[in-house]
Formats: sequence, C-alpha cells, structure tokens
Amino acid sequence: MGGNSDQAELERQFQQRIDDDIKIEPKDWMPDAYRENLIRQISQHAHSEVIGMQPEGNYITRAPSLRRKLILLSKVQDEAGHGLYLYSASETLGISRLELIEALQSGAAKYASIFNYPTQTWGDVGAIGWLVDGAAICNQVSLQRTSYGPYARGMIRICKEESFHQRQGYEIMLALARGSDEQRQMAQDSLNRFYWPALMMFGPHDGESAHSAQSMRWKIKRETNDALRQKFIDQTVPQIEFLGLDHPDRDISWNESRGHYDHGEIDWHEFYSVINGNGHCNRQRLQHHIRAHQEGEWVRDALAAYQEKQRQRDCQDPD
Amino acid sequence: MTRETLELFEVFVRPRRGLDHKHVGSLHAQDHAQALEYARDCYTRRGEGVSIWVVRSTDICASQEEDVESFIDPSEDKPYRLATYYRLPDPVDNM
Repeated sequence: MGGNSDQAELERQFQQRIDDDIKIEPKDWMPDAYRENLIRQISQHAHSEVIGMQPEGNYITRAPSLRRKLILLSKVQDEAGHGLYLYSASETLGISRLELIEALQSGAAKYASIFNYPTQTWGDVGAIGWLVDGAAICNQVSLQRTSYGPYARGMIRICKEESFHQRQGYEIMLALARGSDEQRQMAQDSLNRFYWPALMMFGPHDGESAHSAQSMRWKIKRETNDALRQKFIDQTVPQIEFLGLDHPDRDISWNESRGHYDHGEIDWHEFYSVINGNGHCNRQRLQHHIRAHQEGEWVRDALAAYQEKQRQRDCQDPD
Repeated sequence: MTRETLELFEVFVRPRRGLDHKHVGSLHAQDHAQALEYARDCYTRRGEGVSIWVVRSTDICASQEEDVESFIDPSEDKPYRLATYYRLPDPVDNM
C-alpha cells in the first residue's frame, strides 16, 4: 500500500519536472515506461544513422567527381558518428551496446524505413541529402528540446554537424536540374521516388501513432508527426519550384486560411509494407550489417586478448 | 610529521539541468565521497551548479597540445564539412 503511494508520488514529481521543462538526467528516478520508450526511440534513431550509411555508401566509388566523392565520404562518416552519439545516449539508460545491436540484427528493433529504398542513380544521392536529411533535420531540430538531457544534447551536436548534409544534396539536384535533358530527367525521377517516402519518415498520422500521445506528455517528442510533416511539406514546395521540377504531389495547393499547403494522401499501405520487411532492400540492409559485424569479429577478439595480456602483466608487476 | 598523501581529483560541475558538466578545477581528497563533499564546499558556494562529477586525475588520459597538428587534424583542407561551403541562390538559401 505504502509502496504504491510512494510510486504515485514519484510519478507525480516526475511529471511535474517534465511540465516545468526541467530536463531528466540519467541518474534521476524515472518511470519504467519512460525509460523503455526512450530506449526504443533513441536506439531506433541510432540504427537509422548506421543503416543509412548503406544507400549512400553505394555511390562513394561512383561519385561523378573527386569533390563529390570527398563530400559524400564526409557525410557518411558523419552518420557513423551520429550513430555513436545516439547509442551512447541509449546506454545511459542502462542497456548495453551489445543488446542494442542484437535487437537490430534480429529485427526486434526498427530503423527508418526510408533506408530500405535502393539508390539507383546519382540523383538519388542528391534527393537523399535534400529530402531525407531535410526531413530528419525537421525532426531533430524539434528533438533538441526533448526532455531527456543526454538525448537533447546529442541532438544539438548532430544538428550542428548535419547542417551541410541537406545543402550538399540540394546542390547536387541543382546541378542536375540545370544540366542536360537527361540530367534533368534524372533529378525529376529521384524527386518522384524519394518525395513520398520522405513524408513517411515522420511516421503515421497522429491518430494512428502507437506511442505519440504518451511521448508528447513526457515531452520525449515535442511536436506531433503531422505538425512536423506539414512543416517539411511547406518548406519543400519553393525548393522544388526553384529547381524547375514538377511537384510529385498533384494535389499540392496553398491553403490561405490554414497558412499551409494542402497535400495528397500518403500511401500508408506502402509504408506498413516496407516497415514489415517488404521494401526493396530490407533483407539486404540487415544481411550487410550482420556480415560487416561478423567480419569485425577478429578485431574484437584481438582487443580482448590484448586486454587479458595487459591484465596478466599488471598482476605480475603491480607497479 | 605526517605528510599529506591525498589523491588529486578533477571536478566537473553541471551549471543547470540540461547542460553538460564542465571542468572547473581540482582538489585533494581521500576518496570519491570526500572529493564530492570538498568539491561542493569549494566550487559551488555561489550557486554555480546543480550536479558535480569527480574523477581521479590519474584516470584522465589526455592528448598533448603540442601534438595538435599530427593528432587532431584541424581539417582546414575539408571546408566541405561546413554548411557555409555550399553557395545556394538566395530564394533557397534558407536551408
């Protein structure tokens, strides 16, 4: 009885902190569900950064110039670093890196389904930087104010580093859009294929989103999926116009009274189908991750052997 | 005469919730618990922070500043890592 009321009091104080915009730090008391929710969201975010290296990595050896190759290498390197920041933030919640990686490889944990789409042309590298990173930045800017301190600080660092990702993508699109007819066509085709999946990155409509309401109450999320998606749709319209490309959404139209663009409906059937493993590259992405992980086995073995040798040396020679 | 043989600890203070801990100085103490109390008394007398970390100085592994050029590549030859490197026309520059 006393235990229950203590628990209720702790939860009340916790919610009060959240309501007062006071950050939660790793050693604070927190409800189990808050912890689990955060581990799920942050690790999903981390997995997305890591798996997201594959579609772009596909073009490093085929970038059209040395300049583009250097930029792309830099960008992919950033994504690896962002994965690390986010794994570390998850680990402050008491889960190990090993458990997180196992959850990814077994399919228990998800990553952004956009990365299950293949990169078929150089234009796709431009579209990913512009649209996929653009959508991710919308989300991440909002998450700089998330209630969990280590996550918020990670987001601030990531947003700062990521500021060039979207611009380099748009620059690629601009070069193609101002190039030959064939290049323009490549840009249009990449825009057509990546626009809708980019909108899906914000997740289901608010009413359908499994974790949204509680996440908003806990300020893990600061803006709803639909509000963030609308922001992205609005900012993208003039960018498409400037490229002189056709908007992939035939229903896009300015709504004066809302002060936003109205838009066509997203193909949610496709969204759930890709999430549930039936995108073009789901199996390939995980198999690649598992293979790379296995191929790194000898490095982990060597580290462990070295550590053991050092330990034995320290025992023999205490100085 | 007994000489003081206490260990050196480095002190980090979090000024406000939500911010990173910042290094503020060092002190001598017997163990972690004592270091925390001394740090409180020494470094947070004027509301400097809400949380303190203490770390044994010998546990800190530091790079040397004179090695900066070979160890920490300043990446001056990689300006493309910065957003300002990408010149976009005015109408779409807000990105």
